[in-house]
Amino acid sequence: MLRATLKSLAARKLRLGMSAFAIVIGVAFVVGSYVFTDTLNRTFNDIFGDLSADVVVRPATPEGQESWATLAGAGSSVTIPAQTVEEIGALPEVASADGEIESSSLYVLDRDGDVVGVAGAPGVAVNWYEEPTSDDEDPVLDLVEGRAPERSGEVALDDQTIDTTGYQIGDEIPMVTLGDQPRITAELVGVVRFGESGSLAGATLAAFDTATAQELFLDGENAFNRVSVTAAEGVDAESLRDTVAGLLPDNLEAMTGEAVDDETASAVEEGLGFFNTFLLIFAAIALFVGIFLILNTFSILVAQRSQEMALFRALGASRRQVTRSVMLEAVVVGLVGATLGLLLGLAVAVGLQAIFAAFGMDFGGGLVLQPRTVIVAYVVGVLVTMVAAFVPARRASKVPPVAAMRDDVVLPSSSRRNHVLSGGVLVVGGAAAMAAGLLDIAPSAAVFVGLGILAVFIGVALLAPVISVPIVRVIAGWYPKTFGTVGRLAKENALRNPRRTAATASALMIGLALVSSISVVGASANKSIDEALDRGMNAEFVIASVSGQPFSPAIADAAREIDGVSTVAVMRGSFAVIDGSQSYLSAVDPDAFNEASELTMVEGTMDLSGGGLIVDSDTADSENLAVGDTVPLDLGGSRTEQPVAGVYDGDHPLMSGYVTGLQTLEELGITPADSTVYVVTESGADLGHVQADLEEATSELPMVTVQNQEEYKASQRDQVNQLLYIVYALLGLGIVIAILGIVNTLALSVMERTREVGLLRAVGLSRRQLRTTIRLESVAIAVLGAVLGIGLGLIFGVSLQRAVADEGLDTLSVPFGQLITFVILAALVGILAAAWPARRAAKLDVLRAINTE
Amino acid sequence: MTTHTHDQPAAATAVELTKIYGSGDTEVVALDHVDVEFAAGNFTAIMGPSGSGKSTLMHCMAALDAPTSGKVYIGDIELSSLNDKDLTRTRRDRLGFIFQAFNLVPTLNAKENITLPLDIAGKDVDSEWFDTVIRTVGLSDRLKHKPSELSGGQQQRVACARALVSKPDIIFADEPTGNLDSRSGAEILAFLRNSVRELGQTIVMVTHDPGAAAYADRVLFLGDGRIVDEMAEPTAEKVLERMKNFDTIGQVS
Repeated sequence: MLRATLKSLAARKLRLGMSAFAIVIGVAFVVGSYVFTDTLNRTFNDIFGDLSADVVVRPATPEGQESWATLAGAGSSVTIPAQTVEEIGALPEVASADGEIESSSLYVLDRDGDVVGVAGAPGVAVNWYEEPTSDDEDPVLDLVEGRAPERSGEVALDDQTIDTTGYQIGDEIPMVTLGDQPRITAELVGVVRFGESGSLAGATLAAFDTATAQELFLDGENAFNRVSVTAAEGVDAESLRDTVAGLLPDNLEAMTGEAVDDETASAVEEGLGFFNTFLLIFAAIALFVGIFLILNTFSILVAQRSQEMALFRALGASRRQVTRSVMLEAVVVGLVGATLGLLLGLAVAVGLQAIFAAFGMDFGGGLVLQPRTVIVAYVVGVLVTMVAAFVPARRASKVPPVAAMRDDVVLPSSSRRNHVLSGGVLVVGGAAAMAAGLLDIAPSAAVFVGLGILAVFIGVALLAPVISVPIVRVIAGWYPKTFGTVGRLAKENALRNPRRTAATASALMIGLALVSSISVVGASANKSIDEALDRGMNAEFVIASVSGQPFSPAIADAAREIDGVSTVAVMRGSFAVIDGSQSYLSAVDPDAFNEASELTMVEGTMDLSGGGLIVDSDTADSENLAVGDTVPLDLGGSRTEQPVAGVYDGDHPLMSGYVTGLQTLEELGITPADSTVYVVTESGADLGHVQADLEEATSELPMVTVQNQEEYKASQRDQVNQLLYIVYALLGLGIVIAILGIVNTLALSVMERTREVGLLRAVGLSRRQLRTTIRLESVAIAVLGAVLGIGLGLIFGVSLQRAVADEGLDTLSVPFGQLITFVILAALVGILAAAWPARRAAKLDVLRAINTE
Repeated sequence: MTTHTHDQPAAATAVELTKIYGSGDTEVVALDHVDVEFAAGNFTAIMGPSGSGKSTLMHCMAALDAPTSGKVYIGDIELSSLNDKDLTRTRRDRLGFIFQAFNLVPTLNAKENITLPLDIAGKDVDSEWFDTVIRTVGLSDRLKHKPSELSGGQQQRVACARALVSKPDIIFADEPTGNLDSRSGAEILAFLRNSVRELGQTIVMVTHDPGAAAYADRVLFLGDGRIVDEMAEPTAEKVLERMKNFDTIGQVS
């Protein structure tokens, strides 16, 4: 008897352990997100923090903007003449004033001619100068080997780049710039180290002497991008700033280095905050799915122990005491789960660090575990478990004391009508909230949609015991015919406890609903892009750089010379503050671009030869712009007002927002560099030849690729798909938890049916047949979850697509093949989930099983 | 004591059957070199006090438990030479079971429960035989009912029908009337006896009720893992008398 008790206790531990596993995964996700972003934050702070000199002079922050650092990717066209630097240096309060030149598009090539560094990361180039250092401070750039670059044709590289490429002092280093001669080489004369850790988070750094840097990045102008001012002995930064500011024209500003560093730090934090929130949303989904698993486990355990509960009640325990005993169990499970989750989360962060390091983004140093992370882990772990255990705990307390004396205890359960009623209310309410969010009626759309989806999920889960019965009858309908009695048993078992089956399937439903709604949106996005390109793109070839960085106009010039090419249209642009808000200003030659992809003018003209800009109809509507209005532009210090020359139809595959002429953009101080080049061929041209010639023309620049229409469309689809795969992977966690839920439910059901299993085995059911029975039941549950989930996902996906149809997602595409694959995968998942419970059942000793109480 | 009935071929035979649970100090000898034959077409009752080994004997004979040593034959098949798969098949094709309780699969109706062993084996149901069995147990109007809709007596009758319908070589019944009131119990026992008399079925029944044993052709008495006595053409009074006597012997020894 003791053995039996110990055994059942051990078995229960296993059950509780499995439900704790849901908490472990969820908490690990939360912890991993926090630790990883905190670690990133530390790394970036190491890179950017404490970099600046006492006072920094730079182009004035665009009006209405908080800081330069929050302007993603913004650069300034304003330069600081050498004379100004000299004037600052001559001030008595100043120890030294060093002009700095900075470019973020000089790429170092490795020996194979490929770009070094992480795709998308900047290729930083600076001018080398001897930094004034005090004793307590390390220089930002430290020469660790060789000597500083002194003349044209010499370069120093950062030590990490040296490590990855294996270059040595004296080697000729190939590099790519935006200039007319995109490919340059220079002799490696020195190795520099950036900051203390040397980590550049995937970027590369090249240093030139000042004259060469001016030649390369400022068209030879004797000027700088920035001035670092070091205060003389006894001068404080604030007063120095004020003194320096007195010398500056309107388009420059002086700031204390501390203020600049703070700006950077808060921008980094904000950016990582978004990333963290993104990850935490998926952690929340995983935990939400976990709630179903825990709720189900506790329900089954409480049902199995109802006699024990009744005995407590008969012996005088109050309902509250019974509830509390179950809740206490939940707290223990939550604490254990949170602790393990915390440890696993740290492991996850280590893993992420390793993965990023493998891709060249080495975040040196240990992990950052803030007290906040630990607190969140325990609060989330315990709270989620308690929420999930509350309903079963309440139900346990409702066991009548008389049940202690009865054999067949049926737990009192809240009436089915109540469930249907509240489920229905939640579904309707949730749908209404979603609709309000999607139709932009509600004030905060995202919150409404999110809560709406949540309500629909809970509502459907409440309705599931009722609606699942007919669905399971259909899903398992073919079992008896195909598998005979075994199939019949499996079907009946799946229908036996609709609430349990439904709760188990609901967990899977959530993950699959999200996955399939995203797949509908993704497929619609792909199809919309395809159709828009089919309709609107005449260019046969598109030249663009892999990382999205602009490249030298020399490529477009070479393309114009190629036989069979009729028109080459380039697109340039710059981040800009337009009418007070951050935006992007594109620039094209309208006539050429019109050849590549027709622009339909709604109003006005597309002639930009005399300046001015055109704007798409959607922006014109939202910003209340019409032809003749003037728009203030601020491109980092160079401010101008441009008249609206025309409004073009916003439904255009390649262009959106504000567009100006190439000439105007250059006048605003933006170095000519193409972000995309569209090539239109003469009719009858040999496309194969043209493509080969284009590839020849771009061969100098490894990051620039030539794509024909099909390849271009595929690359556009790839971008969408890549995002989809990331989201799928993150949602995968919720699905893993749901699979565990199936395993758990099946194992518990098998335990409950031990005598039945014994009987079946006694009358001749073979082990194999028994396993098949359990597998089929599992498949029925999994497919039920898939059907419910995909059904909901279709509704969600289609509503999302409808809601954003105006914003380019105008074609609905339901990826039926993919959805059917999901159902098949769900069935396979069912078989997988049944493996362990089925093996356990098959291993049961027949005689012992029959005699189980 | 050994028993031999030579006038009919044996449906099941045990030779030197020994079953020992545990080892060392906790060793319990449940069966001690038991030799026994169950003749075909015979209704045998096994009696004995708790711990006498009567259930163990039946479990070993019915291929539900493996003996420590000795041999068990069902017909001419020796069980210890069979693997689990063949044991399962033997149970399915050659043996029938009636347990004290929980005889039926709750998700299947009466008819499905009755044909379960045949369905599992993928065999066709002999409908004439099925009708005969159903008539005999008197379940014609209850076939569509689920177990939960049947009384205890009806459930046991379904179990009997299930044991009979596959025409097994031998039916093992473990206290089949243990959970029933006396009237339902009597019905079941009469039915079991009739199936031996009229249908030629072989039945071995474990019971502790002298009244139930009186329905059998022969009663075996077990004590301390051995067959200590047997009785042909038993009556309840004779069996009760023997059991009392048996208790005295038990106390003496």
